[in-house]
Amino acid sequence: MQNPSLRRSLASARDVLLPTLVLIGLIVVWEAAVDLFGIREFILPAPSAIWTATTAIWGTVMDHTIATLTTVVVGFLVSIAISLPLAVFITASPWISTAVYPLLVLTQSIPKVALAPILVIALGANEAPRIVITFLVAFFPLVIAIATGLLSVPSELIELGRSYRASRLQELWRIRLPYAVPFIFSGLKVAVALAVVGAVVGEFVAADRGLGYLITTSTAFFKTPLAFGAMILLSLMGIVLFQAVVVIERVFFPWSSGQDTVVG
Amino acid sequence: MIRVDRVTKVFRSRDGADVTALSDVSMEIGRNEFVALVGASGCGKSTLLRMIGGLLSPSQGGIEVAGTPVTGPRRDTGIVFQSPTLLPWATVLDNVLFPLKIMRQVDAGAMDRAHALIDLAGLHGFDGKYPRELSGGMQQRAAICRALIQDPDILLMDEPFGALDALTREEMTLELLRIWTEQPKTIVFVTHSIPEAVLLADRVIVMSPRPGRIAEVIDVPLPRPRDFASEASPDFQACAGRIRSLIFGARRPRADTAA
Repeated sequence: MQNPSLRRSLASARDVLLPTLVLIGLIVVWEAAVDLFGIREFILPAPSAIWTATTAIWGTVMDHTIATLTTVVVGFLVSIAISLPLAVFITASPWISTAVYPLLVLTQSIPKVALAPILVIALGANEAPRIVITFLVAFFPLVIAIATGLLSVPSELIELGRSYRASRLQELWRIRLPYAVPFIFSGLKVAVALAVVGAVVGEFVAADRGLGYLITTSTAFFKTPLAFGAMILLSLMGIVLFQAVVVIERVFFPWSSGQDTVVG
Repeated sequence: MIRVDRVTKVFRSRDGADVTALSDVSMEIGRNEFVALVGASGCGKSTLLRMIGGLLSPSQGGIEVAGTPVTGPRRDTGIVFQSPTLLPWATVLDNVLFPLKIMRQVDAGAMDRAHALIDLAGLHGFDGKYPRELSGGMQQRAAICRALIQDPDILLMDEPFGALDALTREEMTLELLRIWTEQPKTIVFVTHSIPEAVLLADRVIVMSPRPGRIAEVIDVPLPRPRDFASEASPDFQACAGRIRSLIFGARRPRADTAA
């Protein structure tokens, strides 16, 4: 244990190993409990039953996963494409923010699940309402995060730009937006997790494929193991997408992910 | 070089009351002269500096730089603020080049000039570092390089060493003298430190607060080049003592201000 880098890698191995062992332990207890108490499969399936049911129709499950993933990613990208200019617009002047901000809060007070069937009538039974719902669920925290970032630029930096006669556009592009990057990414992390929720809500209401659809159809026939399998895949999708955002931030904006790059 | 003509600045505070920051201030600063503005807080010295820099406009009176009235920030004026105000996402080199990027004047020679300035300021080898990897003193050196990159005739410094620890501050004072010797500029230097002002400046303009006005202009007769040994000279002590009595004169004498 003389070598500090060895000690550090051992410590990080422990950080990964310990939760993994606990997780495996929980799965074993779950499996044993279902077996021991004879819990019926449609109430609580054993992990092995979930695995068997899901892998039996793996190809179909993958199709559903890809359908959901597409909705999530497209909805997420639409959220970014709308939130960024919207946040810039809101922060352009106190007048605009006073006028627009209450409307934004209003859109958030509408329960998205209640809105979903109405959107299906308006937009038709296709991909559009699912993407719109994904967007509506995901965009709000993103707009707030970006607007907060744009407004938290220290006045000295703004004054610096002014002392070189920076235009409004240069000020935005060279000072405000770069400064807001850490805020934008914390918004993106929240938004990507919410996008998964939004896509599933959309699929619950109107869809002929997707993991949300798979859950509604399989529970309708008491195929609980398959529903559990779809749920686990959704969680994994959320984790993977969240980590993807983290990696993008680390790779392209290393100064944004903060102090750990200095210390580590 | 700089002409301040009967300038008054009135700010409207949030509750609607008018606050006079500067009242009827006039001064002239010659080319390549080093002038320090000294005074207690609220004497309007930073306000005056910002007006010379074109970041604020006078309520009354006028300011001329090189014979033309100041209506906004000028290309021939560089500003150093109290905090380094470096862009955290840009390297030292990119921070130094920032003014040229804003003014769209990055050319082949700009890189060489930036590297030369970075070397001049004692930051050799730190071009590619990010601000958070630099100490406070090094960050302020980078900020001085940035203010010098477009080769301004005038350098406006607003308590540039105010946020540094005492030792770094003394070191930076000498560095600034050295840079100024190599690249003569007209410098207006706002500070709270009386020894700093006397050591650096040709003339020290002492200001009094509420409303801000010029109390007295003191010529510093110390020969150049100056260093910390200059502080021991009787001229230095006479200047510093005079400034101190102007600033604290209205108050009851106290032991800790008598030195």
